[in-house]
Amino acid sequence: MSSTDASDLQLPRTRPATAVDYVQLMKPRIMMLVVFTALAGLVAAQSVTGVSINPVMAGIATLAVALGSGAAGAINMWYDADIDSVMKRTSTRPIPSGAVPRDEALAMGLIMSGVSVLLMWLASNALAAGLLALSIAYYGWFYTMLLKRRTPQNIVVGGAAGAFPPVIGWAAVTGSTTLDAWLLFAIIFFWTPPHFWALSLLAHKEYEKAGVPMLPVTHGAAATRNQILAYTIFLAPLGALPVFTGLGGVVYAVVSVILGAAFLYLAARVWRSDAGDAGAAPASLKKAKGLFGFSILYLFLLFAALIAEHGFGAYIAVPGLA
Amino acid sequence: MSDDRPTPPDLDDEARKAQKRRNLWLALALVAFVVLVIVTTMVRLGGGVPERM
Repeated sequence: MSSTDASDLQLPRTRPATAVDYVQLMKPRIMMLVVFTALAGLVAAQSVTGVSINPVMAGIATLAVALGSGAAGAINMWYDADIDSVMKRTSTRPIPSGAVPRDEALAMGLIMSGVSVLLMWLASNALAAGLLALSIAYYGWFYTMLLKRRTPQNIVVGGAAGAFPPVIGWAAVTGSTTLDAWLLFAIIFFWTPPHFWALSLLAHKEYEKAGVPMLPVTHGAAATRNQILAYTIFLAPLGALPVFTGLGGVVYAVVSVILGAAFLYLAARVWRSDAGDAGAAPASLKKAKGLFGFSILYLFLLFAALIAEHGFGAYIAVPGLA
Repeated sequence: MSDDRPTPPDLDDEARKAQKRRNLWLALALVAFVVLVIVTTMVRLGGGVPERM
């Protein structure tokens, strides 16, 4: 579908919008993960570099990240309303369900974008504000409007949008970015494909119906399972890499090794299954669903380990490495 | 002279209440933004703010 079709779509307003509808417009689940990873960057940067940020400013910077994430989500929902109304999973979202008019979602997204970047600039520095603006544009424009409907590599390249938050948190404290910050970026970047492709194995018919070229639609389920395993083989050791730069201590080392091994095991189970194939066994779909759920837990626990080490004094350097 | 202004659409009670709620939330958001900017400015400028007043 062309971009003109998408932006011209008008959906009838069927019910008055509630506060919940506007919260849904901001994709709160994604927002929580974004805020959590930004917080990890913010906490780790203070501990590693010794530079501290006023707690009020840290709170406002975190709020700015949350608003920025919500803004990008609203812009995404504005643009994707046509395909959201086609897919069962997304048909109850505020715009396709007729609660929120599309132009209202766009206005909300644009205003929140400006407010979030301005707040970040006031609370921290121009670099963090610039990175926040870049991440909003990356998701709201580059991924949503250019990549998503054009290439099966959409979520690979688009994954960078979700990888920015820890770098933004780091930059908010130090005014610069270091190897450690970009390592956290890389972990989220390489985590995104196996995470989304596990979901797309379950929902590929919906994507096909909506005309979104997700990998299982364009290259088939077997190729997607191969790619999931390949990315996980790369991700598992990458997830443990912060231990070698001193960013991760003993707790992080244990968590990243155990979770990395579990991620590999679950990805291999999906790889050996027929998940996503026509007439796939229910057990296979369960394996793909299990991998999708675990991938969220993986990222959450990895960054929770960093927060525990750098924010709650649990950091013990790994002997012989730091 | 004729009045060319568009007539507002008829809203039922539920829609009118929802519109009022939205307006209230918008006003609160605006106030919150102003407060945040003031707090940010005061914290950043530190002790310099009371001295100037």
